[in-house]
Amino acid sequence: MSVFKQHQKLETNVFLLAVGILLTVITGGLVEIVPLFTIESTIEKVDGVRPYSPLEQAGRNIYVREGCYLCHSQMVRPFKDEVERYGHYSLAAESKYDHPFQWGSKRTGPDLARVGGKYTNDWHVRHLINPRDVVPESVMPGYPHLKHKLVFNDVEAHLKTLRGVGVPYTDEQIKSAKADLAAQAGVDATASSDFARRYPKAPMGDFDNNPEVTEMDALVAYLQVLGTFVDFTTVKPEKVAR
Amino acid sequence: MASMEKDSVSGQYTTGHEWDGIRELNTPLPKWWVYVFWACVIWSAAYMIAMPAWPGITDYTRGVLNYSSRNELQSDIKAQKQARSKFEAKIAAISVDDVVKDKDLRNFAMTGGKVLFNDNCAPCHGTGGVGAPGAYPNLADDEWIWGGELADLKQTISFGVRNTNENSRQSEMPKFGADGLLTAEQINQVADYVVALSSKGSTAGLPGEAIFAEQCVVCHQDGGVGSKDVGSPALNNNIWLFKGSKEQVKQLVINQVTNPQHGSMPAWSERLDETSIKMLTVYVHSLGGGK
Repeated sequence: MSVFKQHQKLETNVFLLAVGILLTVITGGLVEIVPLFTIESTIEKVDGVRPYSPLEQAGRNIYVREGCYLCHSQMVRPFKDEVERYGHYSLAAESKYDHPFQWGSKRTGPDLARVGGKYTNDWHVRHLINPRDVVPESVMPGYPHLKHKLVFNDVEAHLKTLRGVGVPYTDEQIKSAKADLAAQAGVDATASSDFARRYPKAPMGDFDNNPEVTEMDALVAYLQVLGTFVDFTTVKPEKVAR
Repeated sequence: MASMEKDSVSGQYTTGHEWDGIRELNTPLPKWWVYVFWACVIWSAAYMIAMPAWPGITDYTRGVLNYSSRNELQSDIKAQKQARSKFEAKIAAISVDDVVKDKDLRNFAMTGGKVLFNDNCAPCHGTGGVGAPGAYPNLADDEWIWGGELADLKQTISFGVRNTNENSRQSEMPKFGADGLLTAEQINQVADYVVALSSKGSTAGLPGEAIFAEQCVVCHQDGGVGSKDVGSPALNNNIWLFKGSKEQVKQLVINQVTNPQHGSMPAWSERLDETSIKMLTVYVHSLGGGK
């Protein structure tokens, strides 16, 4: 009974109670959160994952702004039927540069974690303007306003901010952000070769057949790289098994 | 718990707590609840031993069952492959032509091909392959740009059209108008000729005939029958890929000769395995137009 007596002391002394609660929360936090950063297998060691290019990052911001995550997840779970439909299950490494990540929890539309390269740019543009033009049974809203010019004078600041939270953008990448964006959208070829070196595998060109850099260009550029960074033919299953 | 006494009104024990003369009745939790509670405690202790649970500094406990969802997936996939291997191994081993000849394999390929088609191909070519007018070719008719035989279909599905794959089908129509190869007047004449050709009308004496013979026949062939080798569509029928009703056909032809649009298609061998592509080929071939 003496233990209960001690407990009564805690319950009737507000200072002791506050200290007790604090200790409990700290212990819980340490045990649950800290190991995620220190355990070596949390993020799989795979090659190819790189920070998003400025145009892709701009597209990603539009993805978040339009609330795409409300209906589309970006997380192929390790289940047989999901892997059959979408491709290799998502790795933690693949979203390590995502701030905030877009895993989502609702699939009104299909998962988009591996949509990159699955359809042509032309299809994405038609589909975003009016989904029913290409998929008659679709319930997705149209996004014709993405035809507007992309405002990207602040793209360096976006990259800098992301670096602040741990995305390894180099000084060179931040300095050339605007030129890289123009190069990827096909409006200014001067930085093209450097761009391809800075952002391997990035699709380049005029995504929406409109010579201006539009929000559509940015979003399609982003969608076209989703899930394409890691070459899974070179990843051994036992290396990423957890 | 020191001074547990009975409350004179209810006849129940009190907890012994007292605030300003108010005492609290002791109403214990139901027995069944307490048993379930302790069962849960024991269960969680057992779970921590059996399953991955405890984090360490650089690693975590695997549990005595050594469970892993990703390993479970690998064995699930293996079991599924095993279950399907009766058909899939055979399909993998023989040519598509032989798959179609075998009734059982054909049925299997049709079912699997339909699922694959609906997920991968239907977004552009439509459910059942009806296509999207003005954008993506109809696969359910018997008009083929790159050929409708099994081998042609398999080639197109595997490597796509005008993409970055090295085996992709490539061809580009010259910009006769935009690059100044033909004058506006000549384009107008050749469009008249093509309209007559496509509606099976009389082409006699049309000034476009000579231009067609000189510029277009190389790819679109005599009489505009088209060529599957270079993906030049037939012009001697009324099937048009790009936008336009019958009345707009002439304008359509003018636009296409002036500054051509070109479709493209991904290389599916980069995404699907050989067996899946064979099943898709069988399905697409069955849609109505397979040659």
